[in-house]
Amino acid sequence: MKATSIMPLSKASPGCSYSVISIRLNKSDRRRILDLGLIPNTVIKVLQKSPLGDPVAYFIRGSVIALRSECTKRIIVKKV
Amino acid sequence: MQLEKILSTGAEILMKTLKTNKKFSLKKRSTSCYTVAIAGNPNVGKSTVFNALTGLHQHTGNWPGKTVERAEGSYTYNKNSFNLIDIPGTYSLLANSPEEEIARDFICFKSPDAVIIVLDATCIERNLNLALQILEITNKVVICLNLIDEAEKKKIRIDKDELSLQLGGATIVPTNARDKKGLEALKKAVENICKDGSQIKNVKNNYGEKIEQSLENISKHLSNEKINDIDPRWLSLRLLEGDFSFYSSLKKYLPLRALEDYNLNEKIKSEKEKLGFKENNSEGLRDKIVETLIKRSENIYKLCVKTSKKDYDLKDRAIDKFLTSPLTGFPTMILFLMGIFWITITGANYPSEVISSVLFALEEKLMNFLVYCSVPPWICGITVSGVYRTLAWVVSVMLPPMAIFFPLFTLLEDVGYLPRIAFNLDGVFKKCGCHGKQSLTMCMGFGCNACGIIGCRIIDSPRERLIAILTNNFVPCNGRFPLLISIIGMFFIGESLTALSSLSSALILTGTIIIGIATTFIISKLLSKTLLKGISSSFTLELPPYRKPQVGKILIRSLLDRTIFVLGRAVAVAAPAGLIIWVMANTFVNNTSLLIHCSTFLDPFAKSIGLDGIILMAFILGFPANEIVLPIIIMSYMSTGSIMDIQNPTQLHLLLTSHGWTYITAICVMLFSLMHFPCGTTCWTIKKETKSLAWTLASFILPTIVGIIVCFLVSNVLKLMPIW
Ligand SMILES: Nc1nc2c(ncn2[C@@H]2O[C@H](COP(=O)(O)OP(=O)(O)OP(=O)(O)O)[C@@H](O)[C@H]2O)c(=O)[nH]1
Ligand SMILES: [Mg+2]
Repeated sequence: MKATSIMPLSKASPGCSYSVISIRLNKSDRRRILDLGLIPNTVIKVLQKSPLGDPVAYFIRGSVIALRSECTKRIIVKKV
Repeated sequence: MQLEKILSTGAEILMKTLKTNKKFSLKKRSTSCYTVAIAGNPNVGKSTVFNALTGLHQHTGNWPGKTVERAEGSYTYNKNSFNLIDIPGTYSLLANSPEEEIARDFICFKSPDAVIIVLDATCIERNLNLALQILEITNKVVICLNLIDEAEKKKIRIDKDELSLQLGGATIVPTNARDKKGLEALKKAVENICKDGSQIKNVKNNYGEKIEQSLENISKHLSNEKINDIDPRWLSLRLLEGDFSFYSSLKKYLPLRALEDYNLNEKIKSEKEKLGFKENNSEGLRDKIVETLIKRSENIYKLCVKTSKKDYDLKDRAIDKFLTSPLTGFPTMILFLMGIFWITITGANYPSEVISSVLFALEEKLMNFLVYCSVPPWICGITVSGVYRTLAWVVSVMLPPMAIFFPLFTLLEDVGYLPRIAFNLDGVFKKCGCHGKQSLTMCMGFGCNACGIIGCRIIDSPRERLIAILTNNFVPCNGRFPLLISIIGMFFIGESLTALSSLSSALILTGTIIIGIATTFIISKLLSKTLLKGISSSFTLELPPYRKPQVGKILIRSLLDRTIFVLGRAVAVAAPAGLIIWVMANTFVNNTSLLIHCSTFLDPFAKSIGLDGIILMAFILGFPANEIVLPIIIMSYMSTGSIMDIQNPTQLHLLLTSHGWTYITAICVMLFSLMHFPCGTTCWTIKKETKSLAWTLASFILPTIVGIIVCFLVSNVLKLMPIW
C-alpha cells in the first residue's frame, strides 16, 4: 500500500481526501486548475463519479467542481 | 431608454442588441453620473445584486455561466445617478477565456468609478483570489459579501473587521440580495467610493523579493509614459508575464507609443532573464503569481472565517448521490422531463379551449360589426379571416403550453439541477468530442434556440463552441412544443383528454425530445470527426449548492414575460403571415389560387419526404417564428377545403385527415419540426455570434439536410409496412 500512496487524481477513490503534489498540465488547462485554488499541498476530497464514470466531482476549497479524467490524470496526489 | 429585461426570447435579443449598440459608449456624462461595475466569481449572485439595485429583471439562475452578456442599468441614490454594469462571472482575471478578458479589460481600461466585488460568503476562500486580483488593478472597490443568509445557515462565521483589515481597509457589506437585505449599506458604500475616492491601501500581493525588484525596475520605465492611470506596478507584472491577450488589449486601449519603447522592452527582457525565465516561457512566473494569490487567500480565509459545522453540505451530497448515480441519474432526468411535459399538456388543455372559444366568438362579432359598417368584403376577408384568425390560432394553441412549460423549466434551473444534467451527460459529450457544457446550452435551447446560441459563449474552445451552435436547433424551443403536443394529441392519443392519455402524450413527446438529443450526439460526433476535427478540451464544471427556488417570482416573471412576448411576436409575425395566406388563397391565376399553385409546386418534393406542399410551405413561411407553422397549415387547408369552422381538436383532426394526413404524415411533420432550419432570430444570432456567413449558412443547411434525409427514410420505410 505504501508504494501506491502517490497516484494521479484520476485513480483516487471516492470518499477519500488527497493532497496535491504536482500539476502536470500546460497552458490554459493549468491556469484554469490553478485559478480554482488547486496548487501543491491543497487538500481535495473526492466526492463521486458521474453515471458514466467520468467526470468526477471533487470538493475543492469550499466548492464542488467536476473534472474530466484527461485533466485529473495529470494531477499527482498523495493520500492523507 | 433602459434595458428592462433580458428575457430568454429571441425578439428580446434582437431589440437588446440594437439598444446596446446605440448606447455603447460609456463616457461619464456628468460628474454626478458614476459608472459602477459588478464583478465576481460565477454564480455568486451578481445579477441578483444588479437586479436588486436597479429594479430590472436581468435573468438569474442557479448555475455558473448564466450571464454571458454584459448588462447595464442604473439607479439613483442621494440625487446621484449610478450606471451599473453586470459583467460575466469569472474565476480569475488572468485571461483563460474571452469572459475573463472582457472582465479584465473593463475593470482595467474603462476605469469605472467603483467596482463592487461580490463574494459568496459560503465560499470565501476561492472567491478571494479574484478579489485580490481586482484590488491589484484598482482600489476603488466595495466588497459585497453576498449569500450571507446561506452562510449563517451553514454556521459559517465571518470576521468582517479582520477581513476588511486584510483587504487594506475595504468596506465590507454583507448582503442577502435575494431578499433585498443590506442594499442601502451597499449603495452608501458605493457612493462614498465614487464621491470621496478610496481609502484602501497596501493590498498589493507580495510575489517575493526577486519579482518585486523586477517589477520596480520595469515600472520605472513606465511612470513617464502615458498609461492612462493604469497602475504601473500591475502593468509591469502583466508585461513581465507576457500575456498575449493582454498585449492586444493594451494596443486597443492605450496610445500606440506607450509600449513601443526600446528601453522598456529591453528592460523586460533582461528582468526575465534575471529571474531565470526564458523569453517565451513564463509558465514558472505565472505559477508563482497564482500560487501567491491562492496562498494569500488561504491565509486571509484562515484568519477571518470560522466554521463550527463541518458537514454542512451533507444534504446536498445526498441529493447529488441520487440525481447523478449510475443507477438513478439518467432515469430521474427522463422522469423530470416527462413530468414537466405531463403537467404542461394536462394544464394547457383547459385554458386553450377557453381562449379559443372566446377568441372565435369574438371573430364572429368582429365580422358582423365590419359588415354592419359596410366595409368591403375583401377588407373583411383580409382582416378577420386572414389576420385575426391566424392570431387567434397562435394565441389559443401556443400560449397556454408555453406559459406552463417555461416556468416549470425555470424552476429546475433555479433549484440548481442544470449543472447536474451537464455532469450526467458529460461522458457522452466527451465520447462525441464535445464540451460538457454543451448540455447547458441545449437546456437553454428548450426555452429559445437564439438564447441557447448566445449561451454557447460558456464554451471556450472555438471548435466545440461551433459544434454546440450548429446542433442547438435539434432541441425544440418553446415555439415548437405546441405543434408537437397538438399533433401527438390528435394522432396518437385520441380526443378525450384524461390523466392517462396526457401521460402517454408526455411519453411520446419525451421520446421525440430524446430523438432530438440523440441526433445532437450523432451530428456532433460526425462534425468532430470531419469538419470540426479535434478532441474535446478539458473544462471545469462547478456544481452549486441546491437552492430553494423563488416560486412566486418565477411564476410572475415567466408568465408576464412569456405572455407579452408571445403576444408581441404573434402580432409581429403571425399577422402578416395570415395576410399573405389569405391573399394567396384569394388571388387567382388561371382559375387556381396562388396558394394551390405554390403547394402544387412544392408537392412532389414534399410528398417524397412524407409531408405535403402546404406543410412545407408553412415551414418556409414559419421562418420568422416557428410558432406559426401549425396555424399556417390550418389556415391554408381551411381556405382550400370545405370545413370553415373548427373549434376543437376533433374537427382539427378531421381537417387534417381530410387533406390526406396519415400517421406517417404526423410522424414526419414532428420529425421535420425537430430537424429543420433555425428560425430567423436564431440565424441572425448565429451570424452575430460566429461572425461568419459560412457558418450561419452551415447551421441553416445542416439540420435541414438531416431532416430531409430522416423524413425521407422514415416515411418510405413506414410506407412499406402494411399496418398503416
Ligand atoms: N439565498 C440566497 N440566494 C441568492 C442570493 N443572491 C443570489 N442568490 C441565488 O443564487 C443564484 C445565482 O444568482 P445569479 O444572480 O444568477 O448569479 P450570477 O453571479 O449573476 O451568476 P453568473 O451570471 O452565472 O455569473 C440564484 O439562484 C439566486 O437566486 C442571496 O443573497 N441569498
Ligand atoms: Mg449573472
